[in-house]
Amino acid sequence: MSLLQDWEQRFCSVWEHSAFTFGPAALTVPVGTTVTWINKDDIPHTVVSTDDPKAFKSKVLDTDEKFSFTFSKPGTFPYFCSIHPKMTGKVIVQ
Amino acid sequence: MSEKKKDELLHDHNHDGIDRRGFLKCMAWAGTGAFCVMKGGVLKSYSLSRISEISTSDMMGELSFVQISDSHMGFNKPANPDVAGTLKAAVDKINALSRAPEFMLHTGDISHLSKPEEFDTVDQILKSATSKDVFYVPGEHDVLNDDGKQFLERYGTGSKGGGWYSFAKKGVHFIGLVNVMNLKAGGLGTLGHEQLEWVEDDVKHLKESTPIVVFAHIPLWSVYPEWGWGTEDSAQALAYLKKFGSVTVLNGHIHQTMQKVEGNVTFHTAASTAFPQPQPGKADSPGPMKVPAEQLKSVLGITNVNYVQGQHALAVVDSTLA
Repeated sequence: MSLLQDWEQRFCSVWEHSAFTFGPAALTVPVGTTVTWINKDDIPHTVVSTDDPKAFKSKVLDTDEKFSFTFSKPGTFPYFCSIHPKMTGKVIVQ
Repeated sequence: MSEKKKDELLHDHNHDGIDRRGFLKCMAWAGTGAFCVMKGGVLKSYSLSRISEISTSDMMGELSFVQISDSHMGFNKPANPDVAGTLKAAVDKINALSRAPEFMLHTGDISHLSKPEEFDTVDQILKSATSKDVFYVPGEHDVLNDDGKQFLERYGTGSKGGGWYSFAKKGVHFIGLVNVMNLKAGGLGTLGHEQLEWVEDDVKHLKESTPIVVFAHIPLWSVYPEWGWGTEDSAQALAYLKKFGSVTVLNGHIHQTMQKVEGNVTFHTAASTAFPQPQPGKADSPGPMKVPAEQLKSVLGITNVNYVQGQHALAVVDSTLA
């Protein structure tokens, strides 16, 4: 049980998006990582998987709001902001 | 009456009745408040400050309406901490027009976060406008969380599919389109097959002399694709309107006024009543642009549109809140 907690703590990735970009645009993490997105823009954004069916979908995030998702399977997970579709990114889970 | 400043521009190089050089000159003036009226293919322009000198028959039309856009009720960041106040200032501006507009078009982003109280506040503020009828199309900020269900319940009576509709006023045919739903990653605004088929059918039986006004949130021409300022499949919609002698396209989304003329189509975007955005490519991103507080009202605005029966184009005049 404690091993799982350590795993989460060590591999919890937090990254910000600002100025209409996801930064970094491509993030590589090990299986089991919880990734948290924080909106640092002064305009709302969403984080929506482009897979069908969607792997994840956040509610609307205003400034400083967060969304987390745990990637329990390997693969490449592209996503975008449904409000500003030119904003795209991907999470690579290995 | 003192001398009028009146330009008649009579160069018809393309033999299509449109004096492009004159129109471009007029477009440059439009930023400082020019009133351009096309009469029988000849462009006449008047400085807005002299508008009181223009004869009634020249300026007054059969139909007069106002476009407002991008009120973003709920936005409260430094670019404008009081969007309700600036929307009220826009209503004051509308109420001060010498001729009360018959109705208003709101080209979307009514709310900032699609919250019920945000829509309620806009409804409340617009109630004090002289024109009681308002026609809406959604912006991407109005259809968050629920695929536009709330928007349709509030404003979509009589609309089809995702909220598109048309209506006629004094012989002018208005078409409200929705290009903010089902946006694809990396994409632009989109109308979709069902809506395009509806447009084709909607205008099929109209006479070519019917003036058309199309209104939608995201620009229907390619203003700046890098920032998503365009609609992927608008060319198809415009193809269905090719037969018409006068098409005016009114959009919002980019929070600044911009005009373009292409054949019989005049494209125009409105300023926001909430906050400005940078010109294409002039900043890293298209987000809210901060200006000194005392300048804010000079970069927000409304658009007044007049139609004179028998004329080729509608007269579209922007004015700022300052």
